[in-house]
Amino acid sequence: MGFPILSLMVVLPLIAAMLVLVLPGDEAGKARAARWTALATTLLLFVMGMQLWQDYATDAAGFQFVERLPLFGPWLEWHLGIDGIALMLILLSVFLMPLCILAGWESVQKRVPEYLAAFLVMESLMIGTFAARDMLLFFVFFEAGLIPMFLIIGVWGGARRIYASYKFFLYTLLGSVLMLVGMLWMINDAGSTDIGVLTDHDFSVQAQFWLFLAFFASFAVKIPMWPVHTWLPDAHVEAPTAGSVLLAGVLLKLGGYGFIRFSLPMFPEASAQLIWLMFGLSMVAVVYTSLVALVQADMKKLIAYSSVAHMAFVTAGLFALNEQGIEGSMVMMLSHGLVAAALFLCVGVIYDRLHTREISRYGGLADTMPRYALLLLFFTMASVGLPATSGFVAEFLVLLGLYQTSTWAALVMTTGIILGAAYMLWLYRRVAYGAAAGDDTRAMPDLKAREVVILLPVVAAVLWMGIYPKAFQDPMRPAIAAVVAKFDGVALATLPTDMTILQAAGPQPVPAGQAARHLVQTQAAH
Amino acid sequence: MHPIFSSAIIAAPELVLTVGSLFLLLLGTYGGGANPPGNVINARGVTLAAVIILGIAGWAVIDAPAGRFEAFAGLYVADGYSAFLKVLILGAAAASMLLALPWLQAAATLRFEYPVLIALAALGMCLMVSADDMLSLYLGLELQSLAAYVLAAFHRGEGRSAEAGLKYFVLGALASGILLYGITLIYGFTGTTNFGGIALALSDGSKSLGMVFGLVFIVAGLAFKISAVPFHMWTPDVYEGAPTPVAAFFSAAPKAAALGLMVRVLVTAFGPAVFDWQQIVAFLAVASMALGAVAAIAQTSLKRLLAYSSIANIGFALVGLTAATPTGIEALLFYLAVYLAMTLGTFMVVMQLRTPDGRPVEAMADLAGLSRSQPRLALAMAIFMFSLAGIPPLLGFWPKLAVFQAVIDAGLIELAVIGFVLSVVAAYYYLRLVKIMYFDEDKVGLVSDGSRANGVMILGAALFCSPIGMLAMAPIAAATGRATASLFGLG
Repeated sequence: MGFPILSLMVVLPLIAAMLVLVLPGDEAGKARAARWTALATTLLLFVMGMQLWQDYATDAAGFQFVERLPLFGPWLEWHLGIDGIALMLILLSVFLMPLCILAGWESVQKRVPEYLAAFLVMESLMIGTFAARDMLLFFVFFEAGLIPMFLIIGVWGGARRIYASYKFFLYTLLGSVLMLVGMLWMINDAGSTDIGVLTDHDFSVQAQFWLFLAFFASFAVKIPMWPVHTWLPDAHVEAPTAGSVLLAGVLLKLGGYGFIRFSLPMFPEASAQLIWLMFGLSMVAVVYTSLVALVQADMKKLIAYSSVAHMAFVTAGLFALNEQGIEGSMVMMLSHGLVAAALFLCVGVIYDRLHTREISRYGGLADTMPRYALLLLFFTMASVGLPATSGFVAEFLVLLGLYQTSTWAALVMTTGIILGAAYMLWLYRRVAYGAAAGDDTRAMPDLKAREVVILLPVVAAVLWMGIYPKAFQDPMRPAIAAVVAKFDGVALATLPTDMTILQAAGPQPVPAGQAARHLVQTQAAH
Repeated sequence: MHPIFSSAIIAAPELVLTVGSLFLLLLGTYGGGANPPGNVINARGVTLAAVIILGIAGWAVIDAPAGRFEAFAGLYVADGYSAFLKVLILGAAAASMLLALPWLQAAATLRFEYPVLIALAALGMCLMVSADDMLSLYLGLELQSLAAYVLAAFHRGEGRSAEAGLKYFVLGALASGILLYGITLIYGFTGTTNFGGIALALSDGSKSLGMVFGLVFIVAGLAFKISAVPFHMWTPDVYEGAPTPVAAFFSAAPKAAALGLMVRVLVTAFGPAVFDWQQIVAFLAVASMALGAVAAIAQTSLKRLLAYSSIANIGFALVGLTAATPTGIEALLFYLAVYLAMTLGTFMVVMQLRTPDGRPVEAMADLAGLSRSQPRLALAMAIFMFSLAGIPPLLGFWPKLAVFQAVIDAGLIELAVIGFVLSVVAAYYYLRLVKIMYFDEDKVGLVSDGSRANGVMILGAALFCSPIGMLAMAPIAAATGRATASLFGLG
């Protein structure tokens, strides 16, 4: 066992959180010191994340940086390790955290040390969730995140914060306890809490169905899928800007991560038989929530519904059960993590100035806030999935994979892209073009240096992922191949569509790498 | 050596408690005046002496040789199981004595009888968990109950407290009667009151209807003592009426003792009749979890809320007994250990708080904005609430996990699903307290008023319930494993 970098990344934010809480000084001095401490910690973690990426052996299969300590009696052990999927999601978390801290730099004035401590605890828990190699340890990190998020929404949230925080907490808790029952059954059946052992364990097909549904109850709420998505718009609208960033950027990905880490490799038969469920819900979600997004008057709500639609792409891609689909879903999660986070940051910028999220109160920002309008345009396009942005790579790969499994599902999901363009462009038109809604709107100052500093790294990351996605895809490829290998010879559900194409052959014609290379060439030609 | 002496050596903890509580009584009676400040100093001195006596008794428990020792012709047994529970009981009783001092002093009812009564109750409770015969069971239970009745009415000048004492006494006497009736039925049908003898009589398969009747009556009588639904009616009223430190005491040590007793009776005496009592216990567990979760939602009084919370927690602990396996009992003991810390910690925080005009805190709404006025106490309270709600990584999650894992292992998955769903319902009201403390605006400006000892105990309980407490899981698991092995005669 080498240098315990993962443990350090989990523990460091916790130490910083405690430090932030006990800083001496008066109210203002404490707040200042706490902000700088939190920023320094999150930046340090970002550097550590980069180091992790640097040291990660891209081609190797299996888990790296494994740490194992039997600390907690008979129930679980401290067992960490990452594969490419976990690596990428950890990088997303450590990338977004400094931005979250900066986003609340001026707008949060109430109980600053507690606020920052909650975020630091969140960061530790997110990294822990992605790095956990013990199922109960995973569950602990996964669930523990509810507490700081409950407080973030409830203490620093908007007008209906209490309703939203309860809904968030109880919805996700109910889903999770059903998963926990499934986990306990699995632990009794396999005699181990180790995720690796459980992945190799063959659960009976009948058990797989129940277990799949138990895990589905948790991950579907978390990701969220229609019809259990209703907590998300409430939570987003009421959460402070940084809370929304975290929620959209990382917490939704926990659901997708859960599917790819547990549901797919542990219950392959059930997954293959239940693709109709996943496709059906994804198709409904992408059309329904896109239409709902169209009629929203509240900016955050609109972006929240767009998140549900994008997450539907993730679930559809994952259950295409081939490399392109799963890879597309992973890129979609990363891309959405960046773009939705940036959009919430953009909303935060104008909310700080006008203290309303109502779309009709804005307008004409292209004239009065040109820099802001430019960045907002960029992220709008990224959300729509314009080529050269990360959104395009993600949607393309998902649809490519999905098409092989079900052309009908691919067809319906594609309409989601069109609807997505509709609501995002319309949002942009109403906010940035036309005449300003009032004098106060016209008087809003353009972006400050701090706000530009927050948004520019996201621009860079989105472009990087859009133009050269290989850097992100390569580390994930062995891990995804391991998941797909679980489906060798597994029969897919037969549906009255052409979903049976791959039944005999097993998934996987075009290697995803070629698709990505093709993409790069197309863009280079432009 | 005469058998009475060897028996006395085996029952050393009880001997220490008996002689000690008589000594405390003398010390209290002759030690000081009836008026302040003499009575206060006297009561403090007696409390300190009582804690030391409990400590000696605890040392006698820990120092005893490992293994199973019977005493007093099979009336009494000292084994790993009783030792584990006695450590919990003595610890909780000592904490209950200490935590009451500032509160009783502020209420001007600090009298030396308080620690003496708790010491007597502790003696009864130790007898309960060491009982190996229906007679010693009843003896211990009644000694504990009589002390508890008096404690409930400790604020004798206050109508509410007297009412609580009377209510508790009448209902408790009824329950004791039911229990005794069950014991006589069992004696009549098996010809013995000894646990081993009953098991032997049952194991030949000649189970008569009368025996099942006796079993049901005994379970009903014991269910009253642990306040399991549908025998819980007294709990909210008594908690609300009794002085807060007494409610804290009721919620902790007696619950552990009665539950420990119930486990021993059902596992050792009625082990062969497991299929008869398993469904009764399953019903008690589900009903307690459900009622504790649902009825607490509408409460506005803190003490009533905590009463329903303790009912729900007993339900969760009973889930471990439903499994009727060594893993289930291990989980139950683990649950008890953590539950004691959570409930005592919560009560201590409540007692530590005062309104600016010196009134104790009773309504939940009084806690509004506590995170501003008393951030440290609010943090401790939040830890206890999230822990009681069973949210990982707080320690309260793990015993829940353990009991449900045991029932899933025993093939009762439905029970686990019901239990977990009910734990989400229960999470609602624990969250409500967190919401009141953290989200609502401060109107009252509560002040912290208590002893340093209480502060240290709150800190200790909060640390234990926090994720740091997870490090204690391995030693606790080892201890519960040993205790259960001795109960099942495995080691």
